[in-house]
Amino acid sequence: MQYIFYTLAFFAILCALFVVFEKNPVHSVLYLILTFFSIAGIYVLLNAQFLFIVQLIVYSGAIMVLFLFVLMLLNLNKDTEPQKSVIFKTAGAIAAGSFLLVLVAVLKDTQQSTELSAMTDIGLVKQLGKTLFTKFVVPFEVASILFLAAMVGSVLLGKKELY
Amino acid sequence: MTLALIAKIILVVAIFVLTLAVAAYSTYLERKVAAFLQDRLGPDRAGPWGLLQPLADGVKMFTKEEFIPAASEKFLFILGPGLFILTALMTSAVIPWGPALVIAGEVIALQVADIDIGVLYVLGVVSVGVYGIMIGGWASNNKYSLLGAVRASSQMISYELAMGISVITIVMITGSLSLNEIVGQQAQGTWNVLKQPLGFLIFLVCAFAETNRAPFDLPECETELVGGYHTEYSSMKLGLFLFAEYMNMFISSAMIATLYFGGWHFPYMDKLGLGPNTLAFLGFTVFFLKIVFFIFFYMWVRWTLPRFRYDQLMHLGWKVLIPLALLNMLATGAFSLLF
Repeated sequence: MQYIFYTLAFFAILCALFVVFEKNPVHSVLYLILTFFSIAGIYVLLNAQFLFIVQLIVYSGAIMVLFLFVLMLLNLNKDTEPQKSVIFKTAGAIAAGSFLLVLVAVLKDTQQSTELSAMTDIGLVKQLGKTLFTKFVVPFEVASILFLAAMVGSVLLGKKELY
Repeated sequence: MTLALIAKIILVVAIFVLTLAVAAYSTYLERKVAAFLQDRLGPDRAGPWGLLQPLADGVKMFTKEEFIPAASEKFLFILGPGLFILTALMTSAVIPWGPALVIAGEVIALQVADIDIGVLYVLGVVSVGVYGIMIGGWASNNKYSLLGAVRASSQMISYELAMGISVITIVMITGSLSLNEIVGQQAQGTWNVLKQPLGFLIFLVCAFAETNRAPFDLPECETELVGGYHTEYSSMKLGLFLFAEYMNMFISSAMIATLYFGGWHFPYMDKLGLGPNTLAFLGFTVFFLKIVFFIFFYMWVRWTLPRFRYDQLMHLGWKVLIPLALLNMLATGAFSLLF
């Protein structure tokens, strides 16, 4: 079990690195899809079936297809990609570095939960649904209103030229 | 334990062979149905009634010249058809092919994996299935291929929504996401098509769009895109693309039969007083007949309806099917609350 986790984690990190270092944007997106697949595999190890399948449907299946869609239509390649100036590169490095710092600071003190193994059925649909609709019903509904607002906003933006 | 494991391996291989055989003979059936509908004879040279035609086609595909365009992305160009056929085969893992067998006192389910989230798994594989077309179409470095790939992906994303919503109503009346449970409840009560006629219609239309079959075959659309995403493909790579379409037809027919027509169930099944193994055999045969009927239905529609225009396709998907599916879901919810 542990070896499967290490393999998946290694693969996820490797693909994530390729996302950054790959020059061709379409290849980057394909590596990002592979990263999402490896993360989905880790969810299976935790017996979180619902998270696994939602990761596949939402991230790999819908969002990444739209990314690919746009990139393929834009027809970007390494010749036409504009070179960023040094200031932008430094700013990006500083921003990413501080984000890493925050992440490490947050994760440093969390307890390592070794309890999470395939034996728990916390991630099954039944338990997840019960928790979402009893304990967390208000945040859940608020999140759905947020989605509705985003949908209305995008429809409005799409219709802009009519007015 | 070992018996169960061996049985599972045999089942996996059997389903794989069955899918390939059905897909091969679907190509024959397609030509025969087309010939029948157009008052022709169809293929009749290879073997009796042309029954060896799929074999001849296979040999032709394999022996043709293999060509990879110089300006293409070679690795992705080869990966495209492979991915497409992989995702076409993956769905069959969760379909219950018949009632359980009993061998040497052990119950063996005729289903590769009875997972808790069967319905979602099918939707997930369908949504990943578009990558084969997209990668192949983009890697060809041809504008017709790219247009076909973009059409395929936007069409599949659009119709996935209505399909998902119509499947949710099935989950609502069954109370489970497991396909085995969905079939089991239909065997106890009535078939879902009687409870969800509108949902069935929406699912059927979406299944046509998801498999890129006529009247929604815009991604390949010979008259506009000269073959769409597989313009640059030749030899068996083209064969795999075409073959995967027939596999998708087989699997989606199996899904329609499972979700709405009781899977392996037939009326008065439990009143016959037969042993479990005979019942399993009969159940599988009935399920297979249902699948063959839906494959025939796909072909019937292909040779009857003309192709949609692209804006009509989008209009139908977003402005007709999704609101209808939402209304259907609302009505189902209200109905199950009140009664």
